[in-house]
Amino acid sequence: MMYSCNWHGALNERQTDMKQFIVFVRKEFRHIFRDRKSLLIIIMMPIVQIILFGFALTNEIKNSNIAVLDNAKDEASQALIQRLDASRYFKVTQYLPTQADIERAFKSGTIRLAIVFPQGFRESLMHTNHTQVQLIADASDPNTATTVTNYASSILSDYQQEVNGNSSLPYTIKPQMRMLYNPQLKGAYNFVPGVMAMILILICAMMTSVAIVREREINTMEVLLVSPLKPLLFILSKAIPYIFLSLVNVSTILLVSVTLLEVPIQGSLLLLMGVSLLFIITSVSLGLMISNLTKTQQEAQMFSLMALMLPTLLLGGFMFPIESMPVPLQVISNIVPSKWYYHIVKDVMIKGLGFSAVWKESLVLVGMSLFLLGISFKKFKTRLA
Amino acid sequence: MEAIAVHKLVKTYGAKKETVKALNEISFSTQQGEMFGVIGPDGAGKTSLFRILTTMLLPDGGTATVDGFDVVKDMQQIRNRVGYMPGKFSLYQDLTVEENLEFFASIFNTSIAENYDLVKDIYVQIELFKNRRAGKLSGGMKQKLALCCALIHKPSVLFLDEPTTGVDVVSRKEFWEMLKGLKKQGISILVSTPYMDEAAMCDRVALMQSGRIMTIDTPQHVIEQFGKRLWAVRSGEMYRLLLDLKAYENTLSCHSFGEYHHLVLRNDTGSEAAVLHYLASKGHRQVEIKTASPNIEDCFMQLMNDNA
Repeated sequence: MMYSCNWHGALNERQTDMKQFIVFVRKEFRHIFRDRKSLLIIIMMPIVQIILFGFALTNEIKNSNIAVLDNAKDEASQALIQRLDASRYFKVTQYLPTQADIERAFKSGTIRLAIVFPQGFRESLMHTNHTQVQLIADASDPNTATTVTNYASSILSDYQQEVNGNSSLPYTIKPQMRMLYNPQLKGAYNFVPGVMAMILILICAMMTSVAIVREREINTMEVLLVSPLKPLLFILSKAIPYIFLSLVNVSTILLVSVTLLEVPIQGSLLLLMGVSLLFIITSVSLGLMISNLTKTQQEAQMFSLMALMLPTLLLGGFMFPIESMPVPLQVISNIVPSKWYYHIVKDVMIKGLGFSAVWKESLVLVGMSLFLLGISFKKFKTRLA
Repeated sequence: MEAIAVHKLVKTYGAKKETVKALNEISFSTQQGEMFGVIGPDGAGKTSLFRILTTMLLPDGGTATVDGFDVVKDMQQIRNRVGYMPGKFSLYQDLTVEENLEFFASIFNTSIAENYDLVKDIYVQIELFKNRRAGKLSGGMKQKLALCCALIHKPSVLFLDEPTTGVDVVSRKEFWEMLKGLKKQGISILVSTPYMDEAAMCDRVALMQSGRIMTIDTPQHVIEQFGKRLWAVRSGEMYRLLLDLKAYENTLSCHSFGEYHHLVLRNDTGSEAAVLHYLASKGHRQVEIKTASPNIEDCFMQLMNDNA
């Protein structure tokens, strides 16, 4: 008899908990859907960011304007100029008459590279087997300068091989390069995982913390605390809508990057979604922590931006390679969740690796989530002070 | 059994150097079904008292029980059974009237239908606007909705912290009528207010000032204990009149009250003529003096002066 009573009691309690939970989650969704502006930002932010990074803020160099000073004006130089122009990296915009014009063109900022063919270019190439081409780049931006000269020299060496044909030179070492996983060296392969990490941590952590702090600000928290509602249910109800929205965001990011940026998903989509969910949970736990530490919505927002966005950008590994940082920063980067997620997404999405390759990183995220959730539940204030 | 029993309750704020005693060993108890008012100006300690009784704050000394449950040990039992409307409670502005009420009903494991009788009298007044967002309601209607939300689960004790602050006079009156109706349903109510005139609506009141309770009694008894004759005085120059009356040697206390100044004298024999004579010597014209019946505010001022 006793047992059956208890059993009924437990069942009843579970049912009422469930009902409270559903009602609470519905209320949270109403808050989100009625705040049209914020909703629009949440939905559009990932798309805008992906497009921005994909087309505007890319570190690939496309369609660089170049100038040619052709002192040879022979078959070979013309062929080369045509080739440069035809490649997607360069556009020949100026034909310069004299050496002095090169400097002028650079100073006017209209070109990134100038190519100078010497007199009798083809003749020396054919008869002395040896000739020179001058590449002049604007090294005020060293990375761009290196990249464009590399592009140009690879076009030159391609041409050279064609001219040589089968009559191969003795003793040549020809490096054969293969760019694994990203043969076209697209920047998108690098930033899609990065943007995913940034968007998820921002939306989950910031929105969750703001949603909880708002209840405190408008004094509804006092009424909720003085009710049978369990703190665990309260926290879960706050987190669920943002977990859901973040999954939507992951999907849109993937959709945009596959269709618009042509970054394929090499690995398992299921695994990718799974680890994303794990990272979302880590971010929500961070949000809960922040809500415990802050008193107003503004404070929560500022804190989220400073404590999450900056470390994600600087130490997440997708803007600046962690390997080239000083050791202390490398150590600190380990506590940035985005770093681990970024690793996982690159491995799964770009390299097509399976779970066996990313279980360590996943375990780190699980550990972080458990730690943060533990602290948050322990510190959750069931009273006012 | 007492609905609320408070014994030597202490609450202090601040660090060691500058501690403020918000509650200084206050004790009182209320009966079941009683409407008990806590009357006092801002900073008297009303909100601290409410927060301790609703388990939102821990006391620094003394004990308190609500419905027989200890406010420190039995936090969850108290939270399961009381209704609480905090001061500056603002509902969810982006949810409609009905959604707000529905939400709070569900959180307390009930539904609007189940306890509709309880809130009917109040809810019918706002039901017309049930699809309007709470943020677009007038102040009075917001308070009515908030009261509905605090009531919807049929609490055994209802805590209302300054429910009428910032509400217009007509709505305040309506609000108190509603509380009277609730009392009839057997709900014990603890209500605080800074408006002295509202004290008369309670069964018993505690007059609070600077963390202490000055007196606890029925509103009538509080007024009867006034024990002195009260004069209402006015003239053409009200501010100078107040200063002059305060300077008068026979004045015990004087404060402004509406159109008149309320005056209590030390020695009340043959006073009317003496006061008139004194005021005439000070050059006051159009002086009017009459006896007045004291109200709670007069008693409050008197108690404050006695304690000072």
